[in-house]
Amino acid sequence: MNAFDAFIQLVGSATLQTLAMVALSTTFSLALGFPLGILLCVTDPAGIAPRPALNQVLSRVVNVLRSFPFIILMILLFPLSRIIVGTSIGTVATIVPLSIAAAPFVARIIESALKEVDPGVVQAARAMGSRNRQIIFKVMIPEALPSLVSGVTLTIINLIGYSAMAGAIGGGGLGDLAIRYGYQRFRTDIMIAAVLIILVLVEAIQFAGTRISNKLIAKR
Amino acid sequence: MIRLINLTRRYRALTAVNSVSLEIPSNTIYGIIGKSGAGKSTLVRLISLLEAPDSGEVWYGERRVDGLDHDALIAQRRRIGMIFQNFNLFSSRTAAGNVAYPLELSGTPKKDIDRRVAELLEVVGLSGRGDAPISTLSGGQKQRVAIARALAVKPDILFCDEATSALDPQTTRSILNLLKKLQREMNLSIVMITHQMEVVRDACERVAVLDEGRVVEEGAVADIFTEPKSAVTREFLSHLNPMEGVTLSPARSGGASAEGALPELVRWSREGGAYTLRFRGDLTGEPVLSRLARKFSVEFNIRAGGVQNVGETEIGTLVVDITGSDGDVAKALAYLEEEGVIVEETK
Repeated sequence: MNAFDAFIQLVGSATLQTLAMVALSTTFSLALGFPLGILLCVTDPAGIAPRPALNQVLSRVVNVLRSFPFIILMILLFPLSRIIVGTSIGTVATIVPLSIAAAPFVARIIESALKEVDPGVVQAARAMGSRNRQIIFKVMIPEALPSLVSGVTLTIINLIGYSAMAGAIGGGGLGDLAIRYGYQRFRTDIMIAAVLIILVLVEAIQFAGTRISNKLIAKR
Repeated sequence: MIRLINLTRRYRALTAVNSVSLEIPSNTIYGIIGKSGAGKSTLVRLISLLEAPDSGEVWYGERRVDGLDHDALIAQRRRIGMIFQNFNLFSSRTAAGNVAYPLELSGTPKKDIDRRVAELLEVVGLSGRGDAPISTLSGGQKQRVAIARALAVKPDILFCDEATSALDPQTTRSILNLLKKLQREMNLSIVMITHQMEVVRDACERVAVLDEGRVVEEGAVADIFTEPKSAVTREFLSHLNPMEGVTLSPARSGGASAEGALPELVRWSREGGAYTLRFRGDLTGEPVLSRLARKFSVEFNIRAGGVQNVGETEIGTLVVDITGSDGDVAKALAYLEEEGVIVEETK
């Protein structure tokens, strides 16, 4: 195998690992963060089902999780990874801390997008006899959809960044590649390739996200 | 009939609605007028069951509807229509999608929804605009969509919360005409909350005047107009001042001919007009002024005049200057009031 093939293989598999990490952690962080964001929004004292105490507790938890530096959070969550996926090393193991780290961020993004919905519209829905569930799923989420799409875009981009960091503690992917080859073995070509691919990924996601969001707005 | 008994709602130190008792007859357009902060928004939220009162009762016919349990409340709200100042339409849905919403809530089959939506859009004069995104509609069209949406479930009661306040006078008239037509055709009871006396005059049969959370006056609109008892009512009537926004003459005003938008008063002169005289019903036929001129040594200069329809009653209005000695003018004014003419001094 010549040097070029080896290079392609290294970079290619690292890219796939990154994509897998980002795709899965996006899915799980949305699965955790989306309901949490809805809960934060509706239990707000000005929300449709005010529960001030619960709201305070949730809000605190989210803030604490968000204030942790990601790398520390990852280390703290190693034991959890071991419980859930059986190991604390490797791409699969990294998905656990990535998802949990991104979930509070997702929750806040979803919360603020839903809070942007015109309260008058929500009042109208209530006056027509909507149940809270119907207000959330038939009114608030459709009304907030463009903002929600922007929020998810932002989440994916953040997770690309986080996943590169996760590489530093054995998570694999492009960040790992850049550190082990580019930095520790002075392989500048690999460093450049890793950075360029991350750059392209971020650009592509941002482009797609903005496009979808704009299309949704244009239809209104 | 909607009956309110001693309805009270407080927000911390503020008593927004203070022991309000009202009887709102069925099958009419009933106005509730008040300045901003008078408590009318809170009152409509209480009557429309969006909010629960601190004390007091709300009755729809023979049924007490305050303090219903959750499911009964949801069911009751589905039998009420409501429209708002800012329309509050769903921007994520088309015009038809908005009208379909309340039908979806009650689980109407898709086919029936489509048929009913088309029907409703036709009723409000928007046939064929079903696919229009909300942002492409004008204010009047948006309110028409909102009316169609409110009527989708065939409610008995329609609440209008400042429904015309965001609209220009012309559009206001066309919306009021639509509401009047729908009221007649569908045997609706319409409760109209507003701060515009024009709306009460043009659409309502009865009116309650709200001030600082209390009802200060209640009665048939024609009575309130000709014999306002409270200071707040008189103030509202003075806002109807014919001095403002009056076109010089119908012929010269161009676009004013659309849909009953004739000027209320025809004005001959821009200046003067110290007194506004209002003649009610049968009085419009009496030669009150010429008798007056003969009786007292005063002279009249008529600046503007016209006849307004308030509900079923006609009210003649003259804007005049009265010249003479102070004593004679005062005597003349006293005589006018004796004769049943409402005299307002123009500010």
